[in-house]
Amino acid sequence: MIRVERLTKRFGAHTVIAEVSFAVETGQLVALLGPSGSGKSTLLRCLCGLERFDEGSVAIQGGRAGLVFQSHELFPHLSALDNCTLAPMRVSGLRRRDAAQRALGLLRQLGLESHAHAFPDRLSGGQRQRVAIARALAMEPKVLLYDEPTSALDRALRREVVATLSDVRKTGVTQLVVTHDPWLARFADAVMVFDSGRIVEQGSPDLVLVRPQHATTQRLIEQQDAQ
Amino acid sequence: MKRLALILFLSATAHAESRLETVRATKQLRWGIDPQGGAPYAFQDPVDPNHLIGFEVEIATALAHQLGVTAHPVAGPWAQLLPLLARGDFDIAMNGIEATTEKGRICTFTRAYYTAPQRLTVRRGDGRAPRTLEQLRGRRIGTLPSSLAEFLLRRAGAEVRTYDGGQDDIYRDLGLGRTDGVLLDEPATLYYGAIDPALEMLPGDFGEIRYAIAVPRGDEALKRVLDDALAELGKNGTLGAIYRRWGLWNPATATLIGDPEFHTPGVAESYETWRIAVGKVPPFWQRLVHRYPGFLLLFARGAALTLLVSLTAMALAIVLGALLALARTFGPRPLAWAANVYIEFIRGTPLVVQLIMIYFGLPEWGIELNPFTAGCLALGLNYASTEAENYRAGLASVPLGQHEAAATLGLSRLQTLRFVVAPQALRVAIPPVTNDFIALLKDSSLVALVTMTELNKTYMNLASSTRDHLGLGLIVSLYYLAIGLPFSQLARYAEARLGRHLRKGVR
Repeated sequence: MIRVERLTKRFGAHTVIAEVSFAVETGQLVALLGPSGSGKSTLLRCLCGLERFDEGSVAIQGGRAGLVFQSHELFPHLSALDNCTLAPMRVSGLRRRDAAQRALGLLRQLGLESHAHAFPDRLSGGQRQRVAIARALAMEPKVLLYDEPTSALDRALRREVVATLSDVRKTGVTQLVVTHDPWLARFADAVMVFDSGRIVEQGSPDLVLVRPQHATTQRLIEQQDAQ
Repeated sequence: MKRLALILFLSATAHAESRLETVRATKQLRWGIDPQGGAPYAFQDPVDPNHLIGFEVEIATALAHQLGVTAHPVAGPWAQLLPLLARGDFDIAMNGIEATTEKGRICTFTRAYYTAPQRLTVRRGDGRAPRTLEQLRGRRIGTLPSSLAEFLLRRAGAEVRTYDGGQDDIYRDLGLGRTDGVLLDEPATLYYGAIDPALEMLPGDFGEIRYAIAVPRGDEALKRVLDDALAELGKNGTLGAIYRRWGLWNPATATLIGDPEFHTPGVAESYETWRIAVGKVPPFWQRLVHRYPGFLLLFARGAALTLLVSLTAMALAIVLGALLALARTFGPRPLAWAANVYIEFIRGTPLVVQLIMIYFGLPEWGIELNPFTAGCLALGLNYASTEAENYRAGLASVPLGQHEAAATLGLSRLQTLRFVVAPQALRVAIPPVTNDFIALLKDSSLVALVTMTELNKTYMNLASSTRDHLGLGLIVSLYYLAIGLPFSQLARYAEARLGRHLRKGVR
């Protein structure tokens, strides 16, 4: 569960997020749809503590949200498995064997069991992203955040991402996906359209994406259709 | 400024008790010399370089015998002998030191034990060669730095070239036509100039020098004892016999020391031995087979010291450098600023100045370090600044996203540094760190300034006493390579290992 109330973030005189409030219920998958420069990534960084905000409050179930970076940010000097065991061992104090067991379970779940000992540099973009998801899940967060998970991926790989999101949904983890891709938003339980630091439209994807009311949503869908 | 330093310096030494008590208590007379100064003073026997020979070695032995103690030589660079004496590194300095009033301000001299003229040497058959003091004006003349000869040459308006190496270099340059003449004390001229048939030692007298023993300034008790001993050795003919053996006897010295056998001409056997040993350098392969094997142990001893100093200094540089880099990158502002000041200050001043300040300057504040500590400290403190920059570049090469990824996983800053940033930064820093170690290895030759006979100084001494620069230079180079190469290899291996995650490892 995520609960955000009247969140405001300014960079100097410029307000990037203006009194945003929303809630995501436990186990839901919600898409935060918005054009680039809308402030949606900043909002995400506020949610996981990488960015301080000026006003309002953020409540994350379990305290800390996991984050899957757009550029993955896997640790290049560690294998896929070691990427997933580092934090459980050092932060949660798990023994190596237990941490490895948990990590291997997650990698298997994400179809990566044969790549457990590969370094990130040897993996494809899609594989890297799944390792990044496994690394975040290894800390057993109640909430998982994604920053543009489908950017720069081809159609087949985007399907893979959707499949992964559905797999994670089955574990009961609350997911918030920041994206500018209306196609990805279709698979969410709910869509929030974000522009100029505000939520301009929200509802179920069938409603928001089929009959968009706001100009921003319409423009995003047109751009997608043009591709 | 210079005066103030001098006054502080003098007041610091004025209270010291007489060195005579130490000499008697330890039964040892420590005398400062520079073996690189060469023949005939105190130098390594070209036939067996494990032994120090020379007329001053024999005088020191006779003096020590007279005092009922043993003579123990301590090596230091010639130009630093008087500061080292003042610092207490040895009890006396005796190494062709001219008793001038200027030097008399920083030490006390005994009565003179030798006197000789300055001699001008030129190339044989050089029609344009200067032959009188007046002709020296505008000519290029070689000599030793801070010697009486240098003073005379400057006054005569000559273009002076001074050499920090040995006397052999000075005459070599004359032979090669790089200078027009050499003005030096007669003993040096006899041993390095006169033995070369291509050079001509001119008969004219260009000024008289007097050698005396230097004792710490104001140490009248030690001076008196040495004066008495010298007078006795002069009267009983010991000194005269030494000078005859070394081909150095002259009437002025005989008068000075009251030599009883004024009219007996001597046989200069030691001079002849020297002339035969080094007069003509044998072909390289002959040296390689017959001479160099005997030198290997000496070189190995120098190499061991070089390696020990370099490793100790590098360990210090690595630890301090890492702390500086962390302070600069992650520390609070005042700490980062302080680290910055340190790095800029140390990096911007010469290592040799830092070494001299630590060894000769710090005793003023009561901090007296032994040569090894001072040498390692100077090198370590200096290289810490370059190491800090290497690590900083390494730390900066790790993208911000890596820090953020670690933070969202809950790793603390220290854990992030240790498990995420440092391993990546280290790989980037290894090549420059290796470069620095090789540079430090070579810079460690500077510790010869503070009486440590390391690898380079071993070479310089031997080259001076055997007149063999090229062959021994090759040998010493091989030693440096033998020390440095394993570390380069090790670094390459470490870099490959830390970089095994990269698709194309740098090999």
